[in-house]
Amino acid sequence: MNLVTIALKSIKQRLLSSSLTALSVSLGVMLMVAVLIINSVVTELFNQKSFGFNLVVGPKGGDMSLALSAIYRLERSGEPLPYLYYKELQQHPAVEKAVPITIGDLTEEGEFPIVGTIPEYFELDYSYKKPFQVRGSFMKTPFDAVIGSRVAAKNGWDIGSEFKLTHGGVKDHVHEEKFRVVGVLKSTGTPNDRTAFVSIAGFWGISEHEKPLQEAISRLEKFRYTVPQSLRDQAEKEKQPKKPDAHGHNHADHAELLDEQKEVTAIFLRTKGDTGFAAIRLAGEINEDVRALAINPVPVMGRLMSLIVGNIRLMLMALTSLIIAVSAVSIFVSIYNSMSDRRREIGIMRALGARRETVFAIILAESALLCLGGGVIGLLLGHGLVAVASPIIESRAGILINPLTFEPAELILFPVLLIVGSLIGFLPGLAAYRTDVAAALSE
Amino acid sequence: MSLVLDNLKKSYREPGGGRIPVLNVARFELKTSEQVALIGSSGGGKTTLLNVIAGITTPDSGRVVIDNIDVTALNEPSRDRFRAMKIGFVFQTFNLLPAFTALENVLLGMCFAGKGTDSHRATDLLTRVGLGHRLHHRPPQLSVGEQQRVAVARALANHPSLLLADEPTASVDVANQNTILELIRDACKENNVSLLLVTHSPDVAARFGRIEKLSDFNQP
Repeated sequence: MNLVTIALKSIKQRLLSSSLTALSVSLGVMLMVAVLIINSVVTELFNQKSFGFNLVVGPKGGDMSLALSAIYRLERSGEPLPYLYYKELQQHPAVEKAVPITIGDLTEEGEFPIVGTIPEYFELDYSYKKPFQVRGSFMKTPFDAVIGSRVAAKNGWDIGSEFKLTHGGVKDHVHEEKFRVVGVLKSTGTPNDRTAFVSIAGFWGISEHEKPLQEAISRLEKFRYTVPQSLRDQAEKEKQPKKPDAHGHNHADHAELLDEQKEVTAIFLRTKGDTGFAAIRLAGEINEDVRALAINPVPVMGRLMSLIVGNIRLMLMALTSLIIAVSAVSIFVSIYNSMSDRRREIGIMRALGARRETVFAIILAESALLCLGGGVIGLLLGHGLVAVASPIIESRAGILINPLTFEPAELILFPVLLIVGSLIGFLPGLAAYRTDVAAALSE
Repeated sequence: MSLVLDNLKKSYREPGGGRIPVLNVARFELKTSEQVALIGSSGGGKTTLLNVIAGITTPDSGRVVIDNIDVTALNEPSRDRFRAMKIGFVFQTFNLLPAFTALENVLLGMCFAGKGTDSHRATDLLTRVGLGHRLHHRPPQLSVGEQQRVAVARALANHPSLLLADEPTASVDVANQNTILELIRDACKENNVSLLLVTHSPDVAARFGRIEKLSDFNQP
């Protein structure tokens, strides 16, 4: 028997009110833990300090929008770039590697974003000195696919699985072509985990992915490319009405696309040299031109973090702190109100030889135990809440959150709760300390 | 000598500012292992006297000496520790803690004495008062008589040299009165504990070899 067991007995004696006060703490802690976990995942995701490429090039528009669409696949991008522009950048003397991507479609099952790309995509580290690891192989033929770990887990796909795409994410518009999984990526903790990569050649080969020649010509002209007369003639021919196929498609019998008809959503560039100056110079050069936008995603995402995510985080933390403070007040009220009922109990303990400090410590221990108990339950509930919320967050925001993620800040909660518990218990403890034993026993 | 009261005075403040004298004991002695019944009228200061002896209430003046230690000269923490170790207290209303089992109530007394708890001794004491089968029952699950037996076991837990009993049979029925009384007296005899038992019942007092009327030695 010690002070803690005595305090526990007191808590047990008032089980209902003790449970309710501990519950109020646990709800506050639950929210705090959930916010901490989600915040840490979001921060890690959007605060990525390095990528395997220096620049992302996309259509003119917002830099944040480009990063969100090309890297995070959370937003639809603007009008795609001509494939010829990719070829031009590929030839640029400052460019070491240029990797095109096309996005827009989703997997029919699970609605994961599709990225059409070339196998060189996987030669770019997904983070600083972290190369992709694949089980199986990368794409070799046009209808090969490599899927992220989350796609594999959620859809139950493995090497050999086949899947179809929905056109532009429209559920009832499913492309006929099937892609076959040839590789499964190891988890990266990045949006690549929830992406299905297909060969860009296959992506272009899908009906309706070719740009109508007339539109392609007009786009090429905007990009100041010389349009061969043969292409203009072909465009004229295309204007002639054709009989649509069984699916209403009006495509050129899956004929191989001309380079002029091909498009890319964005281009990842790795510049030569390690200093980063080459990337800055190249970005300046691209951005001076009206054709495209080049961004370094690190500062862009850092800005997103500080402008939006950081403020939301601050607000949520303040809110959950307030909840914990309200819970703390409710514990204080509960314990303080119980003191008048417990005067006799305290008088008995004092008559049995308990010192003033002892009864003070018992009340303090009781308050601290309620806070800590509530904290432990809140911790478990917080992870539970994340487990419940993570599929919803994933489907709505595309952010993967592992409910078992442990945020070191969670550890700080416990000393804080201990201090809060001690502060709450101080006044009731003082009342116990000052109890007049003779008067309490005569009640 | 187990207990000596010397020129002991205690008064209470009146709401008007004056003081009401309650105790004025010139001299009172209790020998080691002696058993005394103290009788007095209601409001005569019996409970105050026990509280002063136990160090729960401090006297205005005078000395309380137990086992040659002047309790009134001790500071409060030392007095608390002394009370836990040397004085057993049996109350009229038992004063058991309802959340604790019979065994835990006995262990609680040991806990506050700072010597560590001895479950074996606590079990033994409860067995000796006939509650070996009720160790893990909480007070509300025990009869009134059983509760008072737990209180007796608790009072003896720390090997006290003095047991103060404040109307220990007042709340129990006649059948249990004798049992409780004999239990307290036998336990004190077995353990060489001095007993000062306060009662307003002449029948209870009649069982004691020495009966003191409070009004005989207390002239407030």
